[in-house]
Amino acid sequence: MSLGKIFSNVIMLMTKYHQPLLKGMLMTVQLSCVTVFFGLVFGTLVAFMKMSEFRIWKIRPLNVIATIYVEVLRGTPLLLQLYFFYFLMPKVIPALGDKKISITVALIVNSAAYVAEIVRSGIAAVDPGQAEAARCLGLNKTQTMQKIIIPQAVKNILPAMGNELVMMLKETSLASTFFIGEIMTQCNVIGGATFLQIETLIISGILYLVLTTTVSKLVGIYERRLAVSD
Amino acid sequence: MIKVENLHKSFGELEVLKGVSEHIKKGEVVSVIGASGSGKSTFLRCLNMLEEPESGSIIFEGTDITKEKVNIDQHRQKMGMIFQHFNVFPHMTVLENITMAPILIKKKNKAEAEEQAMKLLEMVGLADKRDEYPRRLSGGQKQRLAIVRALAMEPDVMLFDEPTSALDPEMVGEVLQVIKNLVKSGMTAVIVTHEMGFAKEVSDRVLFMDGGVIAESGTPEEIFGNPQNPRTKEFLSKVLY
Repeated sequence: MSLGKIFSNVIMLMTKYHQPLLKGMLMTVQLSCVTVFFGLVFGTLVAFMKMSEFRIWKIRPLNVIATIYVEVLRGTPLLLQLYFFYFLMPKVIPALGDKKISITVALIVNSAAYVAEIVRSGIAAVDPGQAEAARCLGLNKTQTMQKIIIPQAVKNILPAMGNELVMMLKETSLASTFFIGEIMTQCNVIGGATFLQIETLIISGILYLVLTTTVSKLVGIYERRLAVSD
Repeated sequence: MIKVENLHKSFGELEVLKGVSEHIKKGEVVSVIGASGSGKSTFLRCLNMLEEPESGSIIFEGTDITKEKVNIDQHRQKMGMIFQHFNVFPHMTVLENITMAPILIKKKNKAEAEEQAMKLLEMVGLADKRDEYPRRLSGGQKQRLAIVRALAMEPDVMLFDEPTSALDPEMVGEVLQVIKNLVKSGMTAVIVTHEMGFAKEVSDRVLFMDGGVIAESGTPEEIFGNPQNPRTKEFLSKVLY
């Protein structure tokens, strides 16, 4: 099989199946954006639990829970987690038992663990002198967090969140195991129907590259703007 | 104004303050000198509870602020603090750096706070920088900004933690001048410093710290002219030449 033949097949498939392919891209983008958004919400919550100074005797229960959560989610394969939620959700919450929801929940739960570390290190990277200066002006802990720490931490966190989105765009491909209609699912279907597996894999590669380079470029532009204002 | 009694502070195994007692009176300018590691910065940072002492008491304006039920935020408003590394807020303009706390905590309205801030900025020669971000300021300008930011809270006492140690030599003078003008106007101040000439000139009293205690205390003339403690003599012979 010549390279020329592969190339012309790729063009042919992309033209013929552009509709399902676009649908797949849209699904991948949706899935990733929803995951990263809720990942940020819950990840921030986990990060604050991890930093919490709340104590019962000498134990910091919120910190312990958050640490276990992060370690388990980062220390086991995402595919395992996807299977786990795929089977668990319909049994525990039948109303949310739809496989798309189960998979999305699994992705969010996983992303939150990574985002928690991003948020925590973004906050930790703010110079402790900033908090001291604020406390010396009479700001309490909450005011210091809101007015001084968070605005500076956001500048550390946002670029890393862009990278998390890039990661997630690629990791949603694992969800194709459950045929939920993102890029990889569509390409598997097309490949199965046409027996042109190599060509469809090339196509899915191109589509992922389009998405990830776009996001990377946007993150790069944003980082350069930050660098100018620093 | 600030009465410190038998203050002890350790960092882990290391005992940094080994029983410091001191009384800083209203209007008094007290310089704290001593070698690195003598505990002078820790002593200063205990005065507004940035470091929590293990034992001893700090009576500020009649309240023992080491007690757990004290609302320390309220008392800190009355104690301005200046840091070696300025710690100006990089995400706020010069004007916002100054008005943030008065608006947030003293509930001043914006116009009132800005008017006061502009007066302070004029006083230290930074009025034309009002809308700049701190990254555009030199070290000396940042430190002057930090000083007026603290003054905007109308403190009763100012604590200076080596205010010129991180500055390029040519900028030390402008910051010392601002501090000099400030204490001349009657501000109570505690200044941890390595600038012996400055300490000699502005202080009513000089404390020499060594090994976690105040080894000697007296007027600048006494300490610099006729030190009694051999440790003081040794230290001064190393830094004055």
